[in-house]
Amino acid sequence: MNEMIKDISVVDYYERVTIDNPRDTESCIRLKKTTNARICLGRAGDRCKTETLLKFRADHGVAMDAVWSEVDETIVDQLGFFKVQTLVEDKEQYIKRPDLGRVFSQETLDGIKGNCIESPDVQIIATDGLSACAINANLADIYPILIDGLTAKGYTIGTPIFVKYGRVATMDQISEAIQAKVTILLVGERPGLATDESMSSYMAYESSTLKPESQRTVISNIHRKGVPPVEAGAQLVNLVEVLIREKKSGVELKI
Amino acid sequence: MILKTRLFGKSYEFKDIKEVLAKSNEEKSGDILAGIAARDTAERVAAKVVLSEMTLEDLRNNPVVPYENDDVTRAIQDGVDPNAFSMIKSMTVGAFREFLLKSSEDEIENIHDGLTSEMIAGVTKLMSNMDLVYTAKKIHKLATCNTTIGERGTLSSRLQPNHPTDGLAGIMASTMEGISYGIGDAVIGLNPVVDTISSISAVLHSFKDFMVKWDIPTQNCVLAHVTSQMAALQKGVPMDLMFQSLAGSQKSNKAFGITVKLMDEAYEVMREKKSSRGPNFMYFETGQGSELSSEGHHGADQLTMEARCYGLAKRYHPFLVNTVVGFIGPEYLYDGRQMIRAGLEDHFMGKLTGLPMGVDVCYTNHMKADQNDVENLALLLAACDCTYFMGIPGGDDVMLMYQTTSYHDIASLRDITGKKPIQEFNQRMEELGILEDGKLTKKAGDPSIFTA
Repeated sequence: MNEMIKDISVVDYYERVTIDNPRDTESCIRLKKTTNARICLGRAGDRCKTETLLKFRADHGVAMDAVWSEVDETIVDQLGFFKVQTLVEDKEQYIKRPDLGRVFSQETLDGIKGNCIESPDVQIIATDGLSACAINANLADIYPILIDGLTAKGYTIGTPIFVKYGRVATMDQISEAIQAKVTILLVGERPGLATDESMSSYMAYESSTLKPESQRTVISNIHRKGVPPVEAGAQLVNLVEVLIREKKSGVELKI
Repeated sequence: MILKTRLFGKSYEFKDIKEVLAKSNEEKSGDILAGIAARDTAERVAAKVVLSEMTLEDLRNNPVVPYENDDVTRAIQDGVDPNAFSMIKSMTVGAFREFLLKSSEDEIENIHDGLTSEMIAGVTKLMSNMDLVYTAKKIHKLATCNTTIGERGTLSSRLQPNHPTDGLAGIMASTMEGISYGIGDAVIGLNPVVDTISSISAVLHSFKDFMVKWDIPTQNCVLAHVTSQMAALQKGVPMDLMFQSLAGSQKSNKAFGITVKLMDEAYEVMREKKSSRGPNFMYFETGQGSELSSEGHHGADQLTMEARCYGLAKRYHPFLVNTVVGFIGPEYLYDGRQMIRAGLEDHFMGKLTGLPMGVDVCYTNHMKADQNDVENLALLLAACDCTYFMGIPGGDDVMLMYQTTSYHDIASLRDITGKKPIQEFNQRMEELGILEDGKLTKKAGDPSIFTA
């Protein structure tokens, strides 16, 4: 009863050669180690083998489900985030209308002004983006590191804000509403095959709707197997110091 | 020209040709995002009715971006053959649809130099999916670089051995695997991560060395920015095909860092310095939605803007042109249904423009689509003699992070439709024991054939 079919999502296929009777298996393994592309798969007729097919479907499935997933709000509640929503009403609209995911209603902006600390040195925002799984997986790890590091350096920290159905540009409107010096936005990245937990951090000095996208300094690939969230948190704290010292961010900042 | 009609007792009136073109388009999330799509299905059909009564001359005289303001419009309009145009100008778009359905390949070829992109986009909007397949299947455009692509009975493929860090060993591993499936007769072409001259040169040399060592008759290419390729050419790097992404307006091409003038220069540099033999040595990629994405659509729909990319491409007598149909994301093509429609439209429009048209049948993970949609569209395109497809290990591009047709898919499409690679390439695959009568042998699908 406790027997289980092997977990195909954890098979290490960097070295796995599934060609029937290759001319030289050792060479195939050597080739395979040079790339994460899906080579040395073998075939069934002209089609791929069952294992190859199911592995691909699993990798795509986890990516696709991440796009349509929702952030676990108990995580943002426990961390004390103030919760707002863009003009987007549901996930499907979020995917189809990136323009609506960049803006808030006046009422929401008034709510932010009325409930959040004004003029902080650092404003932290989290938003689902294209993978809520990324926020679920990383937020609780990165947030305490940020708070501890920024507090130790003597910076004032704003009320953290969670944006439901948000795009990166929401950070500009929030920054303008509460007059933050540095704004950090944590957002779920568009998932690749087999990677649903990757998060990015965008930060800007005096983040503004009037500035171009190049105002933003980015750290991407934040997840357990990429830049671990704890390490990314430490990097972000150091970057905040640079941005506040230089009074600029993005391409203007030569790091 | 009448811009008004009635349908089931309700009146519909449109303010100009641009609005008729936009509203007669099949539903695309990109046109909705741009705020120019039909309000409902009835209005969409009303627009199609109005469009069907316009003449081709009306469409010629009303390009969606004015001639004075746009170098793409000028390139297309100046390229029209007046004699061919006079043969068709008084036809309505509705009559033109029927002309295309009734005519032979030769009859279509006689008039295609008289067409502008707006005419091609217009008739596409009146065509059903099977109309698009039925008509595109008649048209075969041959082009010659080192080899000749587009012959009847062939189905070609670009070997796309992308790697997350441009690692040469990894790129060549994917190349070996691809050739062992009979992939790469259109081109061996890499999307580079790094757009530097030294990196471009290293990859082009590696491809060329492999082609020489194993005597593989095809072309090499690195899909870097055209200015980087021009610089590499000046250093004497062997380059068979020159690549550039194209958009359908001057403003959107500016976002790609090109102008018609720059492309004219690039074409001349390539003509002089290329390592290939034939008269066709350019490779272009396009895709519906890029103009809206760079705010250069001028209020026109994404299908019409896409047609204009092909009009511009034609100026350079390309060897390869393909749409990258599902790459741009769900805000432009929402799901498998929209992607399949767009793929059929783009292929048809490219063929009618007179291009050796291929398709990158693909999707991203935030689209409502999966590999079954890719396979559906690839089968439909193979049925209408699409010139070439992409071939990627396992259908998974580990650099561009999207999914497209796999090496296995190309072999399967050839088997299902009874087609073969380009003749010389096919012959070499038979000599290497990879193909026999166009089908994979027992030995095929093993990259270690090439590690000996």
